[in-house]
Amino acid sequence: MRQHKFNTYILATTILFSGISVASANGDAAAGQKVYKSCKGCHSLADNRTGPRHCGLLGRAAGTEEGFNFSSEMKNSGLVWDAETLDRFIAAPLEVVPGTTMGFAGIKDQTKRENLVAYLIKASQSKTACSAGGYKQADK
Amino acid sequence: MNTVDTESFPIFSESMTKTRRQFLRRAGGAVFSASSIAVLSGCGTYSTSASAETLSQDTKILNTAIAAEHEAIAAYQLGAESGLLTPEVLKVAVKFQGHHKEHVDALSAAVTGLGAEPVNPLASYAFPVDKLKQESDVLQFAAGLERGAVSAYAGAIPVFESKDLMAAAASILADEAMHWAILRNTLGLDPVPGAFFS
Repeated sequence: MRQHKFNTYILATTILFSGISVASANGDAAAGQKVYKSCKGCHSLADNRTGPRHCGLLGRAAGTEEGFNFSSEMKNSGLVWDAETLDRFIAAPLEVVPGTTMGFAGIKDQTKRENLVAYLIKASQSKTACSAGGYKQADK
Repeated sequence: MNTVDTESFPIFSESMTKTRRQFLRRAGGAVFSASSIAVLSGCGTYSTSASAETLSQDTKILNTAIAAEHEAIAAYQLGAESGLLTPEVLKVAVKFQGHHKEHVDALSAAVTGLGAEPVNPLASYAFPVDKLKQESDVLQFAAGLERGAVSAYAGAIPVFESKDLMAAAASILADEAMHWAILRNTLGLDPVPGAFFS
């Protein structure tokens, strides 16, 4: 039983981190930052807004961010955010989680998506961005 | 109170300043069309095969839009009460806030028409209050929100089941794109940075 749990942990860890490395290798985080502008209508890194905050996203079970009122569909989606699930969800949110409140058609362009995922992975772990709070929507 | 007139920014030439002033004056004097509300009066137009899930999904998208509009109203309130805006800019900010209030009214009527409850504003918003030190900070903050709103509506339009809701959302998107352009122009930025929005 203990061995089984350990194997599951190793498998999950391997999938999680292999996903990150693939996305990081494929995506350009700097280019993804520009794509992220299209998310800023509802999201920010540090704060819950119309959509949930993105800091701490990696490895988090979907629908569990504290202080945000998720749909029951998102809570029950069974998704855990990593490069693969982010890529899949961003491509077609309403197909991956029917009933989500994220009423967004999705990003169909694979390169844009990979860049965005690379940015999300990097930025959501940034201590500077995530500790700042009070999102600033600079428009330049 | 740290009031800064836009004219004090060295990046603005005299002619640009004059143009911006004229632009703001016209924006402040314009009358917003209520066409979006009229469009939403037909929000119940669905195919007979529309499922409960479809209606529910449209309702959720509408409520997400309402939540974002509430945030914009609160942001303009913060800007209006900041003491950082010149009277000319304040007049326009209040007008834009009024548009967002009209959007909430229209979208809420649509949600109610679909048999659901529109969402309420949050008790508080995590606005960057400590970073708003001069008029240009407030304008940049507002411009960012307006740009985000344009993105949000652009992303939502294709996923509405109801074509009436698509049309209404497009009407609101156009209004918010105008806000964005005017705010950018006031900041001395290119008001229309490209032929396509992305």
